[in-house]
Amino acid sequence: MFLGKKPDRIKREGDELCCELTPQLELSMPVMFSAMSYGSISYNAHKSLAIAASKLGILYNTGEGGLHEDFYAYGANTIVQVASGRFGVHEKYLEAGAAVEIKMGQGAKPGIGGHLPGTKIGSDISRTRMIPEGSDAISPAPHHDIYSIEDLRQLVYSIKETTGYRKPVIVKVAAVHNIAAITSGIARSGADIIAIDGFRGGTGAAPTRIRDNVGIPIELALASVDTRLREEGIRNNVSLVVGGSIHSSADVIKAIALGADACYIATAALLALGCHLCRTCQTGNCNWGIATQRPELVKRLNPDIGSERLINLMTAWNHEIKELMGGMGINSIEALRGNRLMLRGVGLNGKELEILGISHAGE
Amino acid sequence: MKRVFVDEQWCLGCHLCEYNCAYANSGADSMVKALKDRQIFPRVRVEDTGKITFALSCRHCSDPICVKGCISGALSKGTDGAVRIDRDKCVGCFTCILLCPYGAVMAGEGGAAIKCELCLENACGAPACVAGCPNRALVYEERG
Repeated sequence: MFLGKKPDRIKREGDELCCELTPQLELSMPVMFSAMSYGSISYNAHKSLAIAASKLGILYNTGEGGLHEDFYAYGANTIVQVASGRFGVHEKYLEAGAAVEIKMGQGAKPGIGGHLPGTKIGSDISRTRMIPEGSDAISPAPHHDIYSIEDLRQLVYSIKETTGYRKPVIVKVAAVHNIAAITSGIARSGADIIAIDGFRGGTGAAPTRIRDNVGIPIELALASVDTRLREEGIRNNVSLVVGGSIHSSADVIKAIALGADACYIATAALLALGCHLCRTCQTGNCNWGIATQRPELVKRLNPDIGSERLINLMTAWNHEIKELMGGMGINSIEALRGNRLMLRGVGLNGKELEILGISHAGE
Repeated sequence: MKRVFVDEQWCLGCHLCEYNCAYANSGADSMVKALKDRQIFPRVRVEDTGKITFALSCRHCSDPICVKGCISGALSKGTDGAVRIDRDKCVGCFTCILLCPYGAVMAGEGGAAIKCELCLENACGAPACVAGCPNRALVYEERG
């Protein structure tokens, strides 16, 4: 399957079909590993994700921490992120990835930035992030150069200019109450893909009150965005990727039927690596060698084993997705996208069903 | 020949290889019976310097000095390359322990020496330490 801007209509020059498309990302299955920075997670965790992504033919995301020089080899399966802190962003970095993602917001903590404690900034991370060793890495809440869609458009096109219009640009936003209007703006800003990150996604390191109370569920956000973009006739301008609370292959199917093109997973991937969800990532004392930089803990995660587990998880999901689609009598993921007739609601009220655009079970 | 190699980069010093070794060579049908409340005699030892840990077992040298030095002919190198010990022949002089440059021969239960035989002589058939290593620090493979 392909992510990126799709043409609105078939164009011909004389009798010849115009086959030129804007840059697309090719995936073997509609799931990608979401952004987790090198720094927040360990070298070995990053390497596991990189190896697994390249073997599976999907993509993983560097997060905002830059790309370690060892991982440039996995560039074809890497999404490089540009976030508000601009850590580790330089021309070679942008060139290294298959796509560039601008992070405007994150589902676990909409409206606030990030804070990587100085204790996690060792020599390797300091070099990758291009910040002094031991200093706190603070990502501001906003991009200080983006306060409107026009500003965002400038950044999108700066990145496109830098990368020679060869790489799709993703804009990632958190799912909040006016998400439909926000994505409508982003779809007109030149972005090729919009990533929406839902309520209660990921990180154990977000402030608890914000993590538990800010943001909206991804299903409602996705349904309203897909509906709005279709109504405005700009759905083909962008692909939609959703993340945040994608727990199983059934969630992937539901998301695609509600209108997504692909899903981002992070917690599920970390669970495959051995995460026990103790939710104390910020302490840097991860027992499983994932969210830590202490060498004696990092070595507990062997990337050969980690990547095998990730491949097992994704292969299983892939089989389950195909099985579910087979049950529906659908033979391509494109035929499932936005096919809300395949969904029914149980225990939802009328308003929720209306926003989701689905019928109640029995109807 | 295939040997057991350790990658200290991944060795966590958890000592599970020692327990798996002792269990595999005990002949007991459960790990609890083999290990609980007993002094164990593993043929692999985890060397620990505080920062670096690695599990060490017999290297099965191409020209084993322990075999040369054995006064009773208990140690022998088979056609498969593995160095084995016949505990019935061993007189417990421990010359092999003194000779081994790696410290990979140990005193076993009852006085005779023990050493890694790659689990070729017990029910496992392949090294139990490798199978039980949780972080794939031990591998059983052929290297040039």
